[in-house]
Amino acid sequence: MIELTGITKTFTGKQGPIHALKDVSLSVKQGEIYGVIGYSGAGKSTLIRCVNLLEAPDQGSVKVKDVELTALSPRKLREARSNIGMIFQGFNLLKTATVYDNIALPLKLTGLNKTVVKERVEKYLNIVGLNEKKNAYPSELSGGQKQRVAIARALSHEPEVLLSDEATSALDPDTTEAILDLLLKINKELGITILLITHEMNVIQRICDKVAVMENGEVIEEGKTKDIFTSPQHSTTKRFVNSLFSHDIPDEMLTNLNKTGHVATLSFFGESSGEPALALVSKKFDIFPNILSGSITRLKDESFGQLLVHLKGESSEIKNAVQFLKEQDVHVEGVKISGDNQRVS
Amino acid sequence: METINEFLDLWGADLWTSTIQTFQMVGISLAISILIGLPLGVLLVLTRPGKALGNKYVYNVLNVIINVIRSVPFIILLFFILPFTKFIVGTSIGVKGVIVPLVVYTAPYIARLMESALLEVDRGVIEAYEAMGIKTRHIIWYVLIRESRSSIVLGLTIATIGLIGATAMAGLVGGGGLGDLAYRYGHLRYEVDVMYITVILLIILVQGLQSLGNYLAAKLKKD
Ligand SMILES: Nc1ncnc2c1ncn2[C@@H]1O[C@H](COP(=O)(O)OP(=O)(O)O)[C@@H](O)[C@H]1O
Ligand SMILES: [Mg+2]
Repeated sequence: MIELTGITKTFTGKQGPIHALKDVSLSVKQGEIYGVIGYSGAGKSTLIRCVNLLEAPDQGSVKVKDVELTALSPRKLREARSNIGMIFQGFNLLKTATVYDNIALPLKLTGLNKTVVKERVEKYLNIVGLNEKKNAYPSELSGGQKQRVAIARALSHEPEVLLSDEATSALDPDTTEAILDLLLKINKELGITILLITHEMNVIQRICDKVAVMENGEVIEEGKTKDIFTSPQHSTTKRFVNSLFSHDIPDEMLTNLNKTGHVATLSFFGESSGEPALALVSKKFDIFPNILSGSITRLKDESFGQLLVHLKGESSEIKNAVQFLKEQDVHVEGVKISGDNQRVS
Repeated sequence: METINEFLDLWGADLWTSTIQTFQMVGISLAISILIGLPLGVLLVLTRPGKALGNKYVYNVLNVIINVIRSVPFIILLFFILPFTKFIVGTSIGVKGVIVPLVVYTAPYIARLMESALLEVDRGVIEAYEAMGIKTRHIIWYVLIRESRSSIVLGLTIATIGLIGATAMAGLVGGGGLGDLAYRYGHLRYEVDVMYITVILLIILVQGLQSLGNYLAAKLKKD
């Protein structure tokens, strides 16, 4: 659905050139929710703005629905853009227009007649659950409600793709949840492909099928969300995953525990596969497992848990136990003590 | 009561004519100045380096022209452009003759006021409209101008009041108006009553305009 290939973008900043994107490629399939995560300044906004050419890349190809956007005339580009909805961190509504007009005006300007406009506004206000607010002005709405209006405005053009630039970053946690649920619903019920960027791992965790991690203008890691959660490769990715599962164990304690056995993180899917497997380990092998910390969260389609355990016993027995756990679909990673933080790596 | 009636009998007609002249001069030159100044303001915003149609040359040329005109006091401008006025409207005297210098004086001012009003519009909203595939001319009208309409009204109020001030000097080329009346009778012939009355009329006019402008601006502002 969205095919970015070799995108490069350099800005001229006050202190020399800023390489915002360095040869970035990304592919989003129809019906997917694809998340791009990275810290501030990583180049995420620049990347998503390249998809509808709000930002023109210096090099590379931007294809949406197999159409090369960089080659289009201004008129054709406008047509293509109306098939790509976009929502923003700052909502970007007209302050001088009511909720109704905020959605109706752009529709009118794209040439739809009055009856169609009215139908669309009603339909999408219902979908975002804001019909009773249609005569309110944005200043009378909460942040979450404003974002719902912005979502309705984007959907009212009936696009196949929705781009979201930190749409929940200005919202409190509860409102974030509600907006994420709405995005999920849009994806499921309307079949809209979503590309979103965020700096919050819980957004990825809650709704994304796939994720790319960006740093310094490059995609440093990419894959299915569940794979990224179970075996993050890059240290930045690990930090993002650990921002959800922070097992803060003092270094000193880890050192001591490692003397009498092995500290490991066990990752597993499903509500209950972790602890029963661990119980079996203690039965089958000459090992005392001890849970140091643990948590379970929901990924988009299934629950995902992590346990930090101390496996006390001989190293040969531990090796067999780890092998056994892997056979039970439990992902095992050893714990090293890193210098700069004492999080599980 | 007697004295008021007497005063009106004596001066009523003159006051009335002068008020009408002031309204004519202000109304016509304001309308033309808006027609020139608003698009210029839009152009200034669009060609500003780093903006949609960023064009250093157009922007700088406009900038300099506007600054040059704005540095000339109206009374000097009035005489300085006499030949130009004559060329445009065929005469350099009367209400007709004063419209041209008033427009030359006011249009660049309005352009500046419009520029600062339009610059207040959130860049993000404009982008949201670009992202929806809306034409640039629609964005200019329905986003830029619409969103800054409250500031535009306030700017136009300021410009109109400046214009009323400038019309006071229009008498020098036979344009008439309240300012001219106050000057001719009040200063030259020392009929202080007439002077006071015209000044009071001007004060009421300016106060009324400012209040109206403030009221409209507040009404148009929705945040
Ligand atoms: N219009 C611009 N002009 C100059 N530099 C820019 C511009 N837009 C973004 N940048 C720079 O490009 C880098 C990436 O920015 P951005 O894509 O906004 O990152 P993110 O969204 O991940 O925080 C940053 O260093 C930023 O300062
Ligand atoms: Mg950003």
